[in-house]
Amino acid sequence: MLSFILRRLAVAIPTMLILIVISFVLMFAAPGGPFNNDRPLPPEVLANIEARYGLDQPYIVQMTTYVWKVVTQFDFGPSFKYRDQTVNDIIRSGFPVTLVYGFWSFVVAVTVGVSLGVLAALKQNTWIDYLAVGVTVGAQVLPNFVMAPILVLVFTLWLGWLPGGGWNGGQWQYLVMPVIALSTSYMASIARIMRSSMLETLNAGFIRTARAKGLPMRRILWRHAMKPASLPMISYLGPAFVYMITGSVIIDVYFSTGGIGQYFVNSALSRDYSVIMGITILVGALTIGFNLLVDILYAWIDPKIRL
Amino acid sequence: MLLSKATTAAVANAADRAQTEGRSLWKDARIRFFRNKAASLAFYVLIAITLFAIFGGYLAHWDNETIDWPLMGNVSELGGPSFENGHYFGVDDLGRDLFARTVQGTRISLLVGIIGALIAVVVGTLYGATSGYYGGRVDSLMMRTVDILMAVPFMFVLILLLVIFGQSILMIFIGIGLISWLDMARIARGQTLTIKNKEFVEAAVATGVRPMNIITRHIVPNLAGIVIVYSTLLIPSMIITESFISFLGLGVQEPDTSLGALISKGASQMQYGVIWQLLFPLFFFIITLFAFFFVGDGLRDALDPKDR
Repeated sequence: MLSFILRRLAVAIPTMLILIVISFVLMFAAPGGPFNNDRPLPPEVLANIEARYGLDQPYIVQMTTYVWKVVTQFDFGPSFKYRDQTVNDIIRSGFPVTLVYGFWSFVVAVTVGVSLGVLAALKQNTWIDYLAVGVTVGAQVLPNFVMAPILVLVFTLWLGWLPGGGWNGGQWQYLVMPVIALSTSYMASIARIMRSSMLETLNAGFIRTARAKGLPMRRILWRHAMKPASLPMISYLGPAFVYMITGSVIIDVYFSTGGIGQYFVNSALSRDYSVIMGITILVGALTIGFNLLVDILYAWIDPKIRL
Repeated sequence: MLLSKATTAAVANAADRAQTEGRSLWKDARIRFFRNKAASLAFYVLIAITLFAIFGGYLAHWDNETIDWPLMGNVSELGGPSFENGHYFGVDDLGRDLFARTVQGTRISLLVGIIGALIAVVVGTLYGATSGYYGGRVDSLMMRTVDILMAVPFMFVLILLLVIFGQSILMIFIGIGLISWLDMARIARGQTLTIKNKEFVEAAVATGVRPMNIITRHIVPNLAGIVIVYSTLLIPSMIITESFISFLGLGVQEPDTSLGALISKGASQMQYGVIWQLLFPLFFFIITLFAFFFVGDGLRDALDPKDR
């Protein structure tokens, strides 16, 4: 197990480095510096400011200093636009929000998706199955940025049940629509994957044996079918996590939750490079960490993988 | 006895027919595709959408940039869809004809989807086929690279790219092209692994064909089926990616537009009683995606009947 984890880490670390290098190269390639305003500063002043942010150093030195600070002190440096805020402040205020509804979206997508898929497989070719398949096909064409306006239209403008945006400390009324909008299309994918793998598993020889021995269906499902059938779903969790963390940008912007995505887009529009880069690297690290977890989970469940 | 006679007759009959109308793989696939009602309906819908995107402009009474000044101040009451003033889909918040804008948006969205998928097909297939054909250390190096790139949250890098190099359609093409080939490379590699030990490849090796020629002349054509299926499914996901970026206002810029940008505009205006500004682009977005998904599913069933 340990050597497996080490081997995965051997892939994870270069991935992280590549991400950092890509962001740095892009940033250096950007025309103009962060302090080139419409009204040019006197050269001495500019030089002073750049020295304060370490921008007078060679690129390679800047990059290593940055990586060193991130790794050892978890310090992403100052924001270039908001002089009184560091990137860490921004992450600290936005990240918990994103984490809360992201967590719930993930839980909803997995639990509803898995139950829908299993139910459809167990009741294959009944109305339940058709309904489930219909829902998953429909949800496929409703990505988060389509889902969000539709939800607001129905629940805020027409019915007036839920607030159309904001966060308010994460009260449930403010959570409902972000969670639904973010989870729907992944819920559909998980349900589809789960249905087809469960169908395959239920037709397998060992399930027939279990039935022939007269085991009750519930026991067959939980003891024998669930584990092998959930493998394809587990390998989808990694990509699903990436999509969700990406989708959270839309949710943050559309519902004005004050989450990390809102800062990301605002700083993208105002070219606040250090914030963009800090968030990109943070998200990259999360993604890689999550993929590592999924891989370990997969190896633990799949008997075919010998460690 | 009787049964066996009937069977022989049927077999002979079938053999006769097979001789008279020999079916190629593609003809077979076509027949199977059009037997699938949902897929063939989706196929015609797709043709209709394409025609709409190309020629819809000629039907429009207004062009996409002209502002209808009398309507501009009071869009919510006067700007709705109507045949009398020629705004079939109403006008947007600036008084521009939404029909012409929707045509334009559909065109750009389709273009992004198709070009993105095309890049993926060319780069991904060649990369995957090369990796699979050489195998061994080359393969593991090339595939580890794909693994590493796949774990990068590319939407963020893409946005970074757009911010730094300016927001243009060209940049979106490049950015989307960078992401899209990874899956294709994996699929092409997997398929190549099963093909490369077939006799015709051996024959090519034996006659001394160079590896690069074997890949392009013998392996890639045999990947066609799976590549076609996958690229029809890739187009809608490219459209979604582009719309995602445009929804955030980081994608195509005015006066160009895409379905995502129109949906974004409509969504930000809907509380002012101008719901058509959301519904028309949304309708085209959804049916386009639906059509591509169904055509892709139909193609998969038609080209690979044992898959299901």
